[in-house]
Amino acid sequence: MNDLWNGIQQAIWLTLTLDADLVEISLRSLRVTLSALFVSCLIALPLAAILAVRRFKYRRLIISTLNALMGLPPVVVGLLVYILLSRSGPFGVLGLLFTTHAMVIAQVIIITPLITSIAHQSLRELWSEYHDLLISMNTSKWQRIKTLLWDGRRALMTASLAGFGRAIGEVGAIMIVGGNIDHATRVLTTAISLETSKGDFALALALGFVLITLALAVNFTTHWLGRTEREGRW
Amino acid sequence: MFPMTACDLSVKVRQKHIIGPINLTINEGGITVLMGPNGAGKTTLLKALHGIIRLSNGQVTFATPAKTAQEQQSFVFQSPIMLRRSVLENLAYPLMINGQDKQIAMELARTWAAKIGLSAHMDRPATFLSGGEKQKIALARALITSPKLLFLDEPTASLDGAATVEIEALLNEAQSTGSTIIMSTHNIGQARRMASSVLFIKDGQIDAHSAANAFFDTPPTQAAQKFISGDIVL
Repeated sequence: MNDLWNGIQQAIWLTLTLDADLVEISLRSLRVTLSALFVSCLIALPLAAILAVRRFKYRRLIISTLNALMGLPPVVVGLLVYILLSRSGPFGVLGLLFTTHAMVIAQVIIITPLITSIAHQSLRELWSEYHDLLISMNTSKWQRIKTLLWDGRRALMTASLAGFGRAIGEVGAIMIVGGNIDHATRVLTTAISLETSKGDFALALALGFVLITLALAVNFTTHWLGRTEREGRW
Repeated sequence: MFPMTACDLSVKVRQKHIIGPINLTINEGGITVLMGPNGAGKTTLLKALHGIIRLSNGQVTFATPAKTAQEQQSFVFQSPIMLRRSVLENLAYPLMINGQDKQIAMELARTWAAKIGLSAHMDRPATFLSGGEKQKIALARALITSPKLLFLDEPTASLDGAATVEIEALLNEAQSTGSTIIMSTHNIGQARRMASSVLFIKDGQIDAHSAANAFFDTPPTQAAQKFISGDIVL
């Protein structure tokens, strides 16, 4: 209980004094996660729309695989990315291991199936609602996909936020591929893990509170900007 | 575009025979009303003629190439399908997908919104309007491209008298400005008011096809006679 109270006090203190390390780590956490989210959304949202609109061979297999990959163990992803990016791996020449780029790659692999699956579920329902109308209007496949992505944007925002939540709280994979290097690849989750292992529970808790606050702030801001849950909106 | 000819048209859904074989010619102008008991195949025939369900046999041909003919048709569904957009955006949608300039499309949409008495609701989400208002939007959205052929599936099925009068007025105007209309209805009064010819469908086949006056004055088949006189036709 004492640790918890100390953690809260320290979190408030670190935040109010804009502790340089905390700010650096928090901004890096946000940068890595938002970069991963951006890349994931570029892949996942169109893919979800294509899976909703088009009928092709192996479509069901892809959907089942994506659903299964939602529970992908981050440590395994980290290990795979580590092997691929390590000096002896196929992409070793790029020199990405132990950089924030490697962390972004790992996070993209982890959250893309999650965002795709959730987005696909929403877009599939929207497509069943729109199907007859869009077919009767003689729309092209691209126009159908564009229409679904635009009209389903609020549901897609929820899918993206689920991806953000998973990414910002991720520790296993980014610890492996990032290496938790101070002033280089340390982010909130890896810092929490380090402080816990050092026995500094108060600081670990403080960082935890900052992480939660950050995640909530991004969610609230997105909902506010997206104007969800307001009268006359979907 | 006309005549539209259906030759040996049949539709099966999951191996179940729904309609056909149907041979039919529709010439330019007028309002052809499809009548018949529930499950007779009216909706399926409309969708098959419009080309939004797969034919198991036969074909529908036009005097113009299929693509051109498809672009000159519109369909209004029994339950109006509203895009999750504003009234104005719903109305402008068919113009936008046909490559119309946004400003011109919006201007035309405003004109139609005024015409159907929804000027005050132009910026409201279309899905939040009443059934009658939605059906008016669906009809205006179908008419905004000035289709040469308009299909309507029981457009006034769940509407009250006032809304029905408004829809019928719009349909009469569309017909007088050059649209050929094919619509299904259960409403014998509406068929008498609007039809120039009647197609009576029973068990997936055309039971009778004649000019409206002749159909109502001297019903050509026993089933048609029973239907008009209000008896139950199975």
